[in-house]
Amino acid sequence: MLEIKNLHANINGKEIIKGLSLTVNAGEIHAIMGPNGAGKSTLSSVLTGNPAFTVTEGQVTFNGKNLLELTPENRSREGIFLSFQYPVEIPGVSMVNFMRTAVNEHRKYKNLDPISATDFLRLMREKKELVEMDNKLANRSVNEGFSGGEKKRNEIFQMAMLNPLLSILDETDSGLDIDALRIVANGVNKLKSPDNASIVITHYQRLLDYIIPDFVHVLYDGRIVKSGGKELAYELEERGYDWIKKEVEETAI
Amino acid sequence: MENKTIIAETNSKSPSLGGVGEASYIDLYKQHHESIKKHSAAVMNDSRDASFALFEELRFPTTALEDYKYSDLKAALAIDYGLNINRIPIPVNPYDVFKCDVPGIQSYLFFVVNDAFYPTMDAKALKLPEGVIIGSLKEIAETRPELLKEYYGKLSTSKKDGLVAFNGAFAQDGFFMYVPKNVQLTKPVQLVNIMRSDVDFMANSHNLIILEEGAKVQLLVCDHTVDEVRFLSNRVTEVFVGEHAIYEHYKLENTHTKTTNLSTLLIDQRASSNVIANVITLHNGVTRNTVEIDLDGEHCETQLCGMVIGDKNQQVDNFTSIIHNKPNCNSHELFKYVLDDFAKGGFTGKLLVAKDAQKTAAFQTNRNILLNKTAKMRTKPQLEIYADDVKCSHGATIGSLDETAKFYMQSRGISEPEARLLLMFAFTNDVIEFIRIPALQDRIKMLVEKRLRGELSKCEGCVICQ
Repeated sequence: MLEIKNLHANINGKEIIKGLSLTVNAGEIHAIMGPNGAGKSTLSSVLTGNPAFTVTEGQVTFNGKNLLELTPENRSREGIFLSFQYPVEIPGVSMVNFMRTAVNEHRKYKNLDPISATDFLRLMREKKELVEMDNKLANRSVNEGFSGGEKKRNEIFQMAMLNPLLSILDETDSGLDIDALRIVANGVNKLKSPDNASIVITHYQRLLDYIIPDFVHVLYDGRIVKSGGKELAYELEERGYDWIKKEVEETAI
Repeated sequence: MENKTIIAETNSKSPSLGGVGEASYIDLYKQHHESIKKHSAAVMNDSRDASFALFEELRFPTTALEDYKYSDLKAALAIDYGLNINRIPIPVNPYDVFKCDVPGIQSYLFFVVNDAFYPTMDAKALKLPEGVIIGSLKEIAETRPELLKEYYGKLSTSKKDGLVAFNGAFAQDGFFMYVPKNVQLTKPVQLVNIMRSDVDFMANSHNLIILEEGAKVQLLVCDHTVDEVRFLSNRVTEVFVGEHAIYEHYKLENTHTKTTNLSTLLIDQRASSNVIANVITLHNGVTRNTVEIDLDGEHCETQLCGMVIGDKNQQVDNFTSIIHNKPNCNSHELFKYVLDDFAKGGFTGKLLVAKDAQKTAAFQTNRNILLNKTAKMRTKPQLEIYADDVKCSHGATIGSLDETAKFYMQSRGISEPEARLLLMFAFTNDVIEFIRIPALQDRIKMLVEKRLRGELSKCEGCVICQ
């Protein structure tokens, strides 16, 4: 589904991703872990087309298409979804209007007619239940005045509404209490199918107790330096990242 | 063309010569003041010569004046306009051509064509509540002078403003509305100013609105232009809001780029009265709106807001002034601008709290979005507070669209233009929220959206504009 080959990317001339390769197939959950500043969030920004970052080298294909040539909106319409680490507040734009516009843009891309009002309301209701989202939140402006937990739940709600093929969860666990974490993880698990895949970016192993990964990768200094099964996450939790850094430095010598 | 008038004969000089136009208006008045007076009413003529003398002294305002530094009117005022001093009827029936009314709005509809009140088609069919008088200022000044004698010019003649003085000298007619004590109009009153001429044309009109104690009225003023010639309108509106009266004033400008729209709205509020004034400029050429609200009694509530959407070479200056003369009044002011291309915006928010006006609460906000580097916005809060127990605040910002919000929307599949549109619409939305006529609110939402999409260059659904 997603194939990243030797990716290099920078922001304001500073190289952050330095030759990253990763393959994600349908039905898989990949966890990307790593110390602060390793390039985890940059990877999610580059995959979704954030204009602040520049790709200097490498290839990314998504279902056979050159992802790097697509606009951010077309990446979304092709089925990529990013759950933001810091969801953005948009005063004056209601959640309903925002979601209806997004859903209809996706439908237009697939040559479908706009969704009917009743179908849209039914879809909203169904997906709100999935993340136990308060009805009132849907009538407010996008993320405006939402608590940290509500914002993260709102991300998963949007993910459910747009039904992506590849979802990237960027530090979705940060700032969540244990109940919110459970709700968010449940939402993600319920959306899992053999046809879609997820990349879970996290600093801690905590979220991986709820969303069980098939693969765990360690990102350090802009590259994936170690990959393994879910047991690697436990090892990292126990031993920290220093032994990985040491391993990397030793091989470099 | 028969409605080509005197001014064209006396003013045949090149329009680019600045002050020359001004001198020709002075000559015009000196030569033809008898005709001007003959075609107006005694009440209006009483202060006419004094207004002219004041204009001779002040002249047209220039950017050298502090209150006009954001309004560059030089080019617009130098054009060789015709004036219709001898009141030659304009060959247009607004009832036939005007289709712009807000769908679903049930209103009492009136027209001012250029500078003259257009006779109401079927006044009886309007079924205005008893005692309410709406009509031509000139006619009512002749037939019922006692109604307006103590009001006409009371707010305007003391203004040291060249445009207002010019209006006092040249205005011969306008819109008049009188709402007696405790009469509350359940339908809004709609006043449509239509500009119609075959030659470049100037209209001066004076509107007078009187609400007695406990009266209530909503007035919707729309400015429209019909022909592709250059128009200048210089309108002065005086509003007297009695104790416990409720007055709502919505001004919607949707004119073409050759129009210069100069309007002065002067409102006097008595104790416990409530006023909403909302000035929306959707499309225009050069616009200067002066709004001055005097709070002359305790416990007044005032909401003054406005919105500007400007592109191309449009120029809009809103000069506002709220004067708290008495204690315990609240005023809120909110203006928002979205400017693109080479548009120029200006905003002044003057707030004066007199020494005795304790317990005043006054809040002012002006927020602006510039969509590119060539659009310009100048904003100036100007607070003068002489009382010591007050709550006052002001804020002015100039920025661009929020890029992170735009990317967030794009990442959900919303196209870049659509994301920009949603953000701009959201930005202007709180001004629209202050419209208390639901049908008008819906209509303006639709018009703003169309305007932001670039689909609206003239008034929507208006047959004569197409």
